[in-house]
Amino acid sequence: MENKANQFIRAADVALDDPDLQKAVAYGTRLGFNKRIAAMYEYGEEHGEALRQQAAQIKRRALANLPDLLEEAEKNLLKNGFKVLWAKDAAEANELILEIAKKHESKLAIKSKSMATEEIGVNENLEAAGVEVVETDLGEFIVQLAEERPSHIVVPIVHKTKESIQKTLEEKAQMPPTDDPVEMARFARAYMREKFLQADLGISGANFVIAETGSIGLVMNEGNGRFVTSLPKVHIALVGIEKIVGTLAEYATLTQVLPRSATGQTLTVYTNLINGPKRLNEEDGAEEIYLIFLDNGRSEIYQSNYADSLACIRCGSCLNACPVYDVTGGHAYGWVYPGPIGSVITPLLKGLENAKTLPYACSLCGLCKDVCPVDIDLPHFLLDLRKDIVQTQKGNWFWDMGISAWSWIVRHPKLYRFAGKVAARVLGLLPLKEIPAPFNAWTDHHTLPAFAKKSFTELWAEHQGEKNG
Amino acid sequence: MPLPKRESPIGKAVSLFVTCMVDMLHPETGISVVKVLEYLDIDVDFPANQTCCGQPAYNGGYHDEAKDVAVEFLKVFRDAEVIVIPSGSCATMVRVDYPKLFADDPEYRAEAERISSITWEFSEFLVDGLGVENLDGILPEKQSFAFHDSCHGLRMMGIKAAPRKLVGNIEDAEILPLDSAEECCGFGGLFSVKLPNVSAAITEKKLASIKKNEADWILLGDVSCMTNMNTALEKRGEPKCVRHFADILAESIPKSGAKRGENPDGE
Repeated sequence: MENKANQFIRAADVALDDPDLQKAVAYGTRLGFNKRIAAMYEYGEEHGEALRQQAAQIKRRALANLPDLLEEAEKNLLKNGFKVLWAKDAAEANELILEIAKKHESKLAIKSKSMATEEIGVNENLEAAGVEVVETDLGEFIVQLAEERPSHIVVPIVHKTKESIQKTLEEKAQMPPTDDPVEMARFARAYMREKFLQADLGISGANFVIAETGSIGLVMNEGNGRFVTSLPKVHIALVGIEKIVGTLAEYATLTQVLPRSATGQTLTVYTNLINGPKRLNEEDGAEEIYLIFLDNGRSEIYQSNYADSLACIRCGSCLNACPVYDVTGGHAYGWVYPGPIGSVITPLLKGLENAKTLPYACSLCGLCKDVCPVDIDLPHFLLDLRKDIVQTQKGNWFWDMGISAWSWIVRHPKLYRFAGKVAARVLGLLPLKEIPAPFNAWTDHHTLPAFAKKSFTELWAEHQGEKNG
Repeated sequence: MPLPKRESPIGKAVSLFVTCMVDMLHPETGISVVKVLEYLDIDVDFPANQTCCGQPAYNGGYHDEAKDVAVEFLKVFRDAEVIVIPSGSCATMVRVDYPKLFADDPEYRAEAERISSITWEFSEFLVDGLGVENLDGILPEKQSFAFHDSCHGLRMMGIKAAPRKLVGNIEDAEILPLDSAEECCGFGGLFSVKLPNVSAAITEKKLASIKKNEADWILLGDVSCMTNMNTALEKRGEPKCVRHFADILAESIPKSGAKRGENPDGE
């Protein structure tokens, strides 16, 4: 998918002027934020924190042993009858998927929600080759009908109001007019049921791959994923290499943490373990399952100082907590992964120069770290990315000059105090309430703060005089 | 992650780092801090030549420039026994970020760690450092206050209860809850000028919550957030309602010169 991360500021302005988006995102993120707290700390602060630390350690352990675990997973997946493929980048993954579709003469692919497939643009690739692709997660389905992109990792249509969803369904899927959400869902269900029965290819992601047992772990709420992974004869699961966990017991812990963190559920409605294609005595299941491990920049992150960002389990809680995401929504971030985690991994996956605004799209409030179920230090990574941007001179000369001038002045206290005095006098004399562009960033939304007539330094000298005199 | 335990500051002289914003924009807050410390009979020093902690550069990604400024800070406070800072954000820079900034610097690492270990945010110093929760202050009239927890102080240093205790123990002061207490005010330093419209939209939400609040004043421990909110209110033609808690503490204790425990009227 095309990356427009460097247009963040312009895209954010569009979002700020969209009252529907403002209303919908604020409602959705607040709901997610509060539900997470209720579910995560259901048995008290201590229990919730312990669970969180346990999840953090599971993912750290998996990352520390990633190469070994991937080998172990491959071995056990093969033993279970999966076909295991490796894709070093988006192009390779798309080629593999297309090959599989061609080999099986697929005409209609049904998909369950997967950010990895968004990342490599599976839908466009298959559609260009004449394969119809239908998203079957309700949110993704609406996004697809509206010809949009998911704006949230877990809640793809968090930016849409009920009214705009109704409009999309009526206009694009000929839904009989109704403003009842239950009716709308019922309509979508019937619409999709047809597709489920016709489809010859199912495409999913995976929340986890369990190395010990060679299984795919998928959590979901709508049941569409079970259709996608068991009705069509062929199932492709596209999985980032960082999704690996060591053991089934670890998977069990993560299935408690992910839903609590993502949607405020103690467990998702469906918690699946797929242990291979349909066996001789089984009635349901895909006859062939291809598991494609996707690198697409991950192994580079793995070898960098940002390896810990691969611990992410894509719960979206940092999006719900982020004050920036709250007012911009997800599309402004310009690529697949929005919010704080997106601001960290987009520059890493797409190149610093192609996402250099994102690390700055943050007030450094630190809340994303507090809510992260695996305790990724996102604010620290954002600061480090800013450092990388500056040090590789991918920043902005205006700021470079400003900061070096500032740093020079503050290292010369006499000059600094003199400059302060001059500023206080000059700004005091000018009838200045506004500043002309491009220096008006502050005064567009604030008055100019008034300099004090006497600085603390001066008041302190007087205070010392009084005390001693 | 809780910060490591450190030596008690009781009985030590205080070197005040007043912060650049207090120095130039709100010197009265610096004087309030001095007043409270002297009221507690603490020796206060204001090392000359102090300017800024370097946070603007650090947060902007300019680590070299931040280091240059931080080295000056280390030099200026070389002889300090205890450093007190009336800002959660600047205190975080020295306490939490200096050790990271100098982690790979053989020349200054040890000094950065030492300076970090003697640095306290003002309310943290009084309550956690000295064990002073009650200044026996009285306000001229009943007033109500609600607290905004500035992000850095709250999440990087765990400052939440201390300022509430200090103000809550003033006679005639009432603490009211603020539903958005822990939500960012949108300032974020350079963030507010690099992404002014996004910053302003966050501030807007904060102000909406403040406007609904019934407290007479919103209190906080950072003049940066205070300036952001007050100048945004002023721009909208509304009265400024955000104050630094140090100013309330100073108003509640006798005029300068008196020490705690002494009869303020000298009788």
